[in-house]
Amino acid sequence: MLTRLSLMAMLALGTATAALAQDATPKDGGTLVFAAPYGNSITSLDMTATPHTQDEIVGKALNRSLYKWNPDSGKPELDLAESVEKSADGKTYTYKLRDATFHNGDKLDADDVIWSYNRIADPKKALPAAEQVLQIAGVAEFQAGTADHIAGIKKIDDKTVEITVTNLADPGWNLMSNYAPIYSKDYPEDQLASKPNGLGPFKLANYVPGSKVELVKFDGYYETGKPHLAKLDIMLMGEAAARDVAFRNGEIDANVLGPVQYEAYTQDPTLKDQILEVAEVYTRNIGFNPKIEAFKDKRVRQAINHAINKDVIVQKLLKNKAYPAVSWLPVSSPAFDKDAKAYAYDPEKAKALLKEAGYESGLKFSVTATDNESWGLPIVEAIIPMLAKVGVEVTTDPVDGSVLSDKILSDNFDGYIWSNSSGPDPLKYLNCFHSATSQSACNYVKFANPEFDKLIEAAGNETDPTKQNDLLKQANNLLLEEAPVWFFNYNKAVMAYQPWVHGLKPNAMELAIQDYEDIWIDENAPATRK
Amino acid sequence: MMRFILRRTLQMIPTMLAVILIIFVIFSVVPGSFITSLMSEGRNATNAQVLSHLNEQFGLDQPLPVRLWNYLSGLAHFDLGISYRTREPVWNVIEPRLWPSIKLALCAMGFAAFVGIPLGFLAALKPGSVFDSGTMVVAVSGLSLPEFWFGLLLMYVFALNLGWLPSFGYQPGSIRHIILPAIALGVGPMALLARTTRAGVLDVMNADFVRTARAKGLAEPRLVRSHVARNVLVLILTTMGLQIGALMGQAIVIEKLFSWPGIGSLLVDSVAVRDIPVVQGAVLVIVLWFLVINMLVDIAYALIDPRIKVS
Repeated sequence: MLTRLSLMAMLALGTATAALAQDATPKDGGTLVFAAPYGNSITSLDMTATPHTQDEIVGKALNRSLYKWNPDSGKPELDLAESVEKSADGKTYTYKLRDATFHNGDKLDADDVIWSYNRIADPKKALPAAEQVLQIAGVAEFQAGTADHIAGIKKIDDKTVEITVTNLADPGWNLMSNYAPIYSKDYPEDQLASKPNGLGPFKLANYVPGSKVELVKFDGYYETGKPHLAKLDIMLMGEAAARDVAFRNGEIDANVLGPVQYEAYTQDPTLKDQILEVAEVYTRNIGFNPKIEAFKDKRVRQAINHAINKDVIVQKLLKNKAYPAVSWLPVSSPAFDKDAKAYAYDPEKAKALLKEAGYESGLKFSVTATDNESWGLPIVEAIIPMLAKVGVEVTTDPVDGSVLSDKILSDNFDGYIWSNSSGPDPLKYLNCFHSATSQSACNYVKFANPEFDKLIEAAGNETDPTKQNDLLKQANNLLLEEAPVWFFNYNKAVMAYQPWVHGLKPNAMELAIQDYEDIWIDENAPATRK
Repeated sequence: MMRFILRRTLQMIPTMLAVILIIFVIFSVVPGSFITSLMSEGRNATNAQVLSHLNEQFGLDQPLPVRLWNYLSGLAHFDLGISYRTREPVWNVIEPRLWPSIKLALCAMGFAAFVGIPLGFLAALKPGSVFDSGTMVVAVSGLSLPEFWFGLLLMYVFALNLGWLPSFGYQPGSIRHIILPAIALGVGPMALLARTTRAGVLDVMNADFVRTARAKGLAEPRLVRSHVARNVLVLILTTMGLQIGALMGQAIVIEKLFSWPGIGSLLVDSVAVRDIPVVQGAVLVIVLWFLVINMLVDIAYALIDPRIKVS
């Protein structure tokens, strides 16, 4: 296990190094044709009105937030603020804003930050991005209608804003979200969805709904010398087979790969050297509903973890485009315990645990699943014979994505298979298993363990990062022991790119979300890109 | 003629109402909602307050009959409602997709007619020949080919191997971008037109008036042009009308494969997130397109064949 984990870590590091090694001397100009792979349309050009990754791919080019995610360090860092000072109690942050300009020429000031966060939290607007500002003091009152604005944000002067938060967690984890960008207070709000006006490195040139978004370099972008590209075309391409043809034909410059294509690309000598891989912060799992009597017993849950040979599934079905999971937090998480041991494939032990729990004669449950190739019906079909060997009968409950979440949120399932965010902020995502977190928020398996709650609460109140990390590690290991889910895999996201493309980063949060301002193309690009 | 058009237009209203009712009923019984689709990626939890306000804003907390009444009231004022997903008026979501869809349907039908009708004619003029058999093999294959597979095949051959055409995408003024999706979509209607034309021509060729004309010594080319073609035209027009009417709805797979921004792909995306107002709007547009095309075909009958009166 240690060897495997080391290899996984080396792989993640290795791909990162490889990607950075491309960045010799950036060249300015040219066009990048990027594929947004999660559907054939986007919801909105206003990032606050959508929770979808497909939209975020575009939003990252158009907007900027107070913080940004640094894929290299794996931490949030300041973006629209030059500096920040934290109060002695660790709950008030004073930001000095940088000089930045919106696409329409407006200058960024403290009022823009205040207006943007108030707008996001405004209950009348019902924006999905509200999730990102909940940590700010006064948001709860504003949402409940007992206050007419967020009390926890104050303007000190035009370039200084003070934000008070409700706990000791670093607000950067939430405020770095691409779904919580800063907009200009003076820009017509009703135009944000069609004619966005952000602070990002690219501005909108043309949007063909259902086909593509064309963006051009914004000369007023705050980072000197960036972006390198003159134009960025984001093609909305949901079909993997179509993307494959387009990529091989040189019509798109980067292509997110599925398991089948991953295998084909890694075996193709002309393609295998331009592949970027990263362990994304998603944990694929089967959640067990404790309303099923058997799932109340952790020995049953552990038995299921022992009865399934996940390594074989990852190798044979996912073509190694995943990392077998150990516990909830992924291998790239700072709180991942490299000494933790995953449940070994051991049908005899599984049988013994089931016998001990009183299920020697077997048990039966259904798994609600979509048709996703990496965490859907094909996986459930693969585990059915494995579980049958230990006397567990599994049936499938096939649904589409919207119904999957509907069934889970309405507690209408025995088990479900899903891919859930498990990072980058370990505290935020472990908090999903806190007993006070509702099922409709993210405690889908209604996990309740007083020891776990204490660890999470202690971590939330801990100001020393090392001690906090240690507490989170303990909590993650407790989850491993309690096995509220079958820990299946952590996604290995893979992107193939053309040899003339440089500056792509192994973004563990979501590989398809790139820092476009750092991307450049060299002189070997075809004429259509120059 | 005007009375006919008016009558047919009025006849569309109950059809449209039935469609609206069916969609309302279907989406009230199928599981899943726009609200839960917000969390379908398993990535971003959405604040309970936000979910509650969304429900309220879109009237999703109201009983089905109330929602249906509100929708019909809006429709009476040509208001298709607000898209749950984009929060724009539904028409603003549908309108940009309309012309690409119509263009694709017309080009696919153009390809089908340009290839299918001559093939059917030539096959019927030499029944039982190698050409006839070959044409029918092509026709049956065309009807049997899965669109997705055929579209991919076209991409591999004409984009990847030969490099003649782009494999995907939409450019408003570009003919090159529409060729592959139009062929992929048009191959089915082409095959049907070839078979229908062949059957129609064979039928007319054996009619008494053709035999009489031939006995009177009318030259074969003139016979075909003046008597056979004119009589077969009504059959061809009927087939084309039905096909072109259905193409907008049938283009879903092709639109998704070629990243073509039409009504079909909008419909699929909207169903996936349960954006019911847009689903209703898109279906209404598709149904309206079908009805209007068929009305135009009926009008054309009278122009082609004076024996047919619009009354």
